[in-house]
Amino acid sequence: MTSTIEAPRSPRTPKGPYGRSTKKSGVNWEKWGWIYMRVSGVVLVVLIFGHLFVNLMIGEGVSALNFAFVAGKLTNPFWMVWDIIMLWLALIHGGNGMRTLVNDYATSRISRGILKVAILVSVVALIVLGTLVVFTFDPCPAGAPADLVASFCKSL
Amino acid sequence: MSTTTIDNKPVVPEEIKSFTVTLIIRRFNPEVDDEPHWQDFDVQLYPTDRVLDALHKIKWEQDGSLTFRRSCAHGICGSDAMRINGRNRLACKTLMKDLDVTKPIYVEAIKGLPLEKDLIVDMEPFFDSFRAVQPFLMNSVTPVKGKERIQTVAQRARFDDTTKCILCAACTSSCPVFWTDGQYFGPAAIVNAHRFIFDSRDENAAVRLDILNDKEGVWRCRTTFNCTDACPRGIQVTQAIAEVKQAIMRGKA
Ligand code: HEM
Ligand code: SF4
Ligand code: FES
Repeated sequence: MTSTIEAPRSPRTPKGPYGRSTKKSGVNWEKWGWIYMRVSGVVLVVLIFGHLFVNLMIGEGVSALNFAFVAGKLTNPFWMVWDIIMLWLALIHGGNGMRTLVNDYATSRISRGILKVAILVSVVALIVLGTLVVFTFDPCPAGAPADLVASFCKSL
Repeated sequence: MSTTTIDNKPVVPEEIKSFTVTLIIRRFNPEVDDEPHWQDFDVQLYPTDRVLDALHKIKWEQDGSLTFRRSCAHGICGSDAMRINGRNRLACKTLMKDLDVTKPIYVEAIKGLPLEKDLIVDMEPFFDSFRAVQPFLMNSVTPVKGKERIQTVAQRARFDDTTKCILCAACTSSCPVFWTDGQYFGPAAIVNAHRFIFDSRDENAAVRLDILNDKEGVWRCRTTFNCTDACPRGIQVTQAIAEVKQAIMRGKA
């Protein structure tokens, strides 16, 4: 009750009539961002809860999780596609959500810029790394002890 | 002849008791204060009194420097929106009997607009956003002399809810997005755009949809429903915003 939020915090930058920007670019990213959050959200419900269910609840549950379990999943095209879609959708969703929060709270043009670039860099880095792992993953590293890798490595 | 004696007791209405209420008001005088501060007042009130009556009693009987806006005192002019116990309400529509008077009642100015004095804020940024959505009928055709612009009952009902707005700013100043981002148009501007976007007599829905399809337009709304809770006219504010979003996606009203 005693919190003080007085004047609008983010700068008012009078440009057009009524102190508003008149610039209109061709594509409206705000609209598509808004639609993307909802569409990706619906798909993510299935992907994330499916992922959690298969990893943590089916069969032996959490105790089944180890290098071999993950390696086994990443040799299966079905789970590769699943994970790739989940990776891209969730990271872009999270990045765009964080961008919204920066628009809410960052007060100066400079802090906005720095924070948004930081978000973009981390999203791109994580997407590139994740995609690389899913497609170039070696489930049977040379010389690894047999009890730590997937059972099918023996037949190689 | 009956000789029944009539108990000649006059019918005395049950006495309505008054009680003492403590109001804690956030005061600010720009000429002497650096920071706003809370000040409490004890007032003798009836359950049917309103917060506005309490403010009047304080101003008239205890401290004439207390500053607030009010005009109609009957929920029509929209000048006395304030934060009462943390919620945006009209002082003239908030009855004592609906508040917990065993505890102090906190009264402060609405948030997100520049504080000028005590319970008065600068409404100009709010009216700027209102003007920006072009809240007036635009139609290039002049009706035949002596005739009206005809509209069916259903066409009129389509935007009935948003015609009720009294521009009190309770909704906009309850919105957490507006608190942090003063550039956001805010619920009231969108409500008043909705009023004309869905009016069959108006021709410029597309213009207003384009104005609100902006970085600081409807996409800023995060459906927290604070605005719907705050509106003293019971307008379904959040729903009106959602309808404008849908209209933008469809490309027409
Ligand atoms: C379970 C599936 C998910 C659903 C259904 C979902 C749904 C949504 C929706 C609809 C919004 C927009 C809210 C608004 O504009 O008012 C949103 C915002 C957001 N989401 Fe998700 N999401 C999911 C998973 C995730 C994940 C995995 C992340 C992190 C990587 C994430 C991070 C965010 C962030 C940071 C925001 C912005 C918060 C805000 O606007 O206040 N979400 N989510
Ligand atoms: S929509 Fe309701 S709360 Fe908002 S300005 Fe109009 S009357 Fe006030
Ligand atoms: S004084 Fe007019 S609405 Fe309250």
